[in-house]
Amino acid sequence: MHRYTKWSLAREILVVIAAIILLLPFWILISTSLKTTEEVLTSSAFAPPSAPTFDNFIQLLSPTGSQSGNVYQGLSSSLLITIGTVLVLIALSSAAAYVFARSTRKLSNNVFRIFLIAIVLPTQLGVLPLYIGARSLGLIGNPWGMIIIYTAMTMPLAVFIYSGFFRRLPRDYEEAATIDGASRFQIFSRVIFPLMSPATGTVAILAGLLVWNDFFTAVIFLNGSPYMTLPVVVYNYVGSLVSQWNLSFAVVLIAMAPVLAFYVFAQKKLMQGYAGGIKS
Amino acid sequence: MTITNGRIIPPGTDNKEPNPVPSRRPSGIGFGRWWWALPAVALTLVVTYMATAFGAFFAFTDWTGLGDFNFVGFDNFIQVLQDPTLVGSVRNTLFLAAGFVVFTNILGLLFALALNRTLKTRFVLRALIFMPVVLSSVAVSFVWKFIFAFDGPLNQFLEAVGLGNLKQDWLANPSLALWCILAVMVWQSIGFVMVIYLAGLATVPMELEEAAALDGAGMWRIFRSIVLPTIQPSVAIATVLTLIQGLSVFDQVLTLTGGGPADATQTLASQVYSQTFVYGAFGLGAAAALILTVFILILALIQQFIVRDRATNGD
Repeated sequence: MHRYTKWSLAREILVVIAAIILLLPFWILISTSLKTTEEVLTSSAFAPPSAPTFDNFIQLLSPTGSQSGNVYQGLSSSLLITIGTVLVLIALSSAAAYVFARSTRKLSNNVFRIFLIAIVLPTQLGVLPLYIGARSLGLIGNPWGMIIIYTAMTMPLAVFIYSGFFRRLPRDYEEAATIDGASRFQIFSRVIFPLMSPATGTVAILAGLLVWNDFFTAVIFLNGSPYMTLPVVVYNYVGSLVSQWNLSFAVVLIAMAPVLAFYVFAQKKLMQGYAGGIKS
Repeated sequence: MTITNGRIIPPGTDNKEPNPVPSRRPSGIGFGRWWWALPAVALTLVVTYMATAFGAFFAFTDWTGLGDFNFVGFDNFIQVLQDPTLVGSVRNTLFLAAGFVVFTNILGLLFALALNRTLKTRFVLRALIFMPVVLSSVAVSFVWKFIFAFDGPLNQFLEAVGLGNLKQDWLANPSLALWCILAVMVWQSIGFVMVIYLAGLATVPMELEEAAALDGAGMWRIFRSIVLPTIQPSVAIATVLTLIQGLSVFDQVLTLTGGGPADATQTLASQVYSQTFVYGAFGLGAAAALILTVFILILALIQQFIVRDRATNGD
């Protein structure tokens, strides 16, 4: 490894300081969530908790706590809706992108363009008629309705990412499998799809985070229902507290925890997904 | 059965000269069936296109979300342009989008340059700076709501360094609240822009930089003449993505200020939400959404032209 010169050491220290300033909110978040209400009011926000306590978390998560129902419900419906969306999305988008990438017909290129344009269409305009439609079908506050909407919302990006990968895949695999007597479906599900696991990973990560963190659609379709996702639960709960930042931050941390835990293991793949998936 | 050039061609096949090169798609090889794409296409057409088209249609009506409606022509748009709050929301949206693009791109590029090669801590720092990107913006915004609060960390810091006279409730100040929202948006997306630029910087040939340095080019000169032209595609992508993201800002507004104080921080997306789902003015909400959609489509078109230009210039 290279040695520090005066200049490179100074630069490294400078960047580390900049990063620490940038990460200061996380320190405030964690230390405040471990303080008592009294200490939050009297101590400096930058100071570590004098006697760290998990009371705030216990109050939120213990079965007798007033909010525990909401937090657990938020977790379980976030999980259900996110996993459901990602599974349906992967099945539908990989098949569609495969057909587009392998077809030489002009029509399929034009159909593919439908997805390209849909990537930039914002959700705000379509959400009003969707709401009316979902209301008349009784799909408001319904996790399956949300899975359908989220699958459609993330579909263009997923088809886009998959077709980029499929186009780069040589056709030799299909030819070999055909000679071995595999059916079209077998070729796709047993040969092509497993080869596509990097693309599947990217799609799952990007779509999963979009759905997990979505607030706009969730607050419109799920607010007040038993299937509120975590962002809506956090929004309602913190909104109901008056300056009880220790409790607020405990629920914020609980909501962040699953993604943070995932991030620790998959941060490299996540960064690649964001940088490459959106570009390719 | 037809006979061409002495060759017998069975009916049902194309009446063409046989290809000298083997066809790219040998017959009988399974490449899937066209109807496999049907669910994805149908879902996109119905949930994205049909809904958007209906939304655009409602923008020209006075519907309240229930019962009958009348066509009102451009009345909703005129109302958007006459209502000071709604005009304000258009202005705020443009301000936030522009500020978001400028600050995330400058800071993201700076961090990408700093963490590109030499630093020993670069992998840890990249991961830490990217972390806010994956988190819920609602959750993140609440942390910042505390930071900006009257007895929050920002004021405590200002007092500690002797700037106590600046102490105030930041989010309650109509002229500062918008800047606070911008700060939170930028803070959360620096890492996102950074990884786009890092991917671009990885394509800059190191030898070229070294050669330029040997020839006596300074850091700024190397950046202008070698690095910046190479990462041009990343600049285009990062700019467009942040612009679209900035235009549709919603979570941070609702969480930090709820559009207040006195509607000073309303944006188009927050107006779509409150007009439609709080006040039941579907037509007006749809008009605001249509304006937002048109903004975004124009930007996407401009980006298409830029990308195409670059492609034809052989870059």
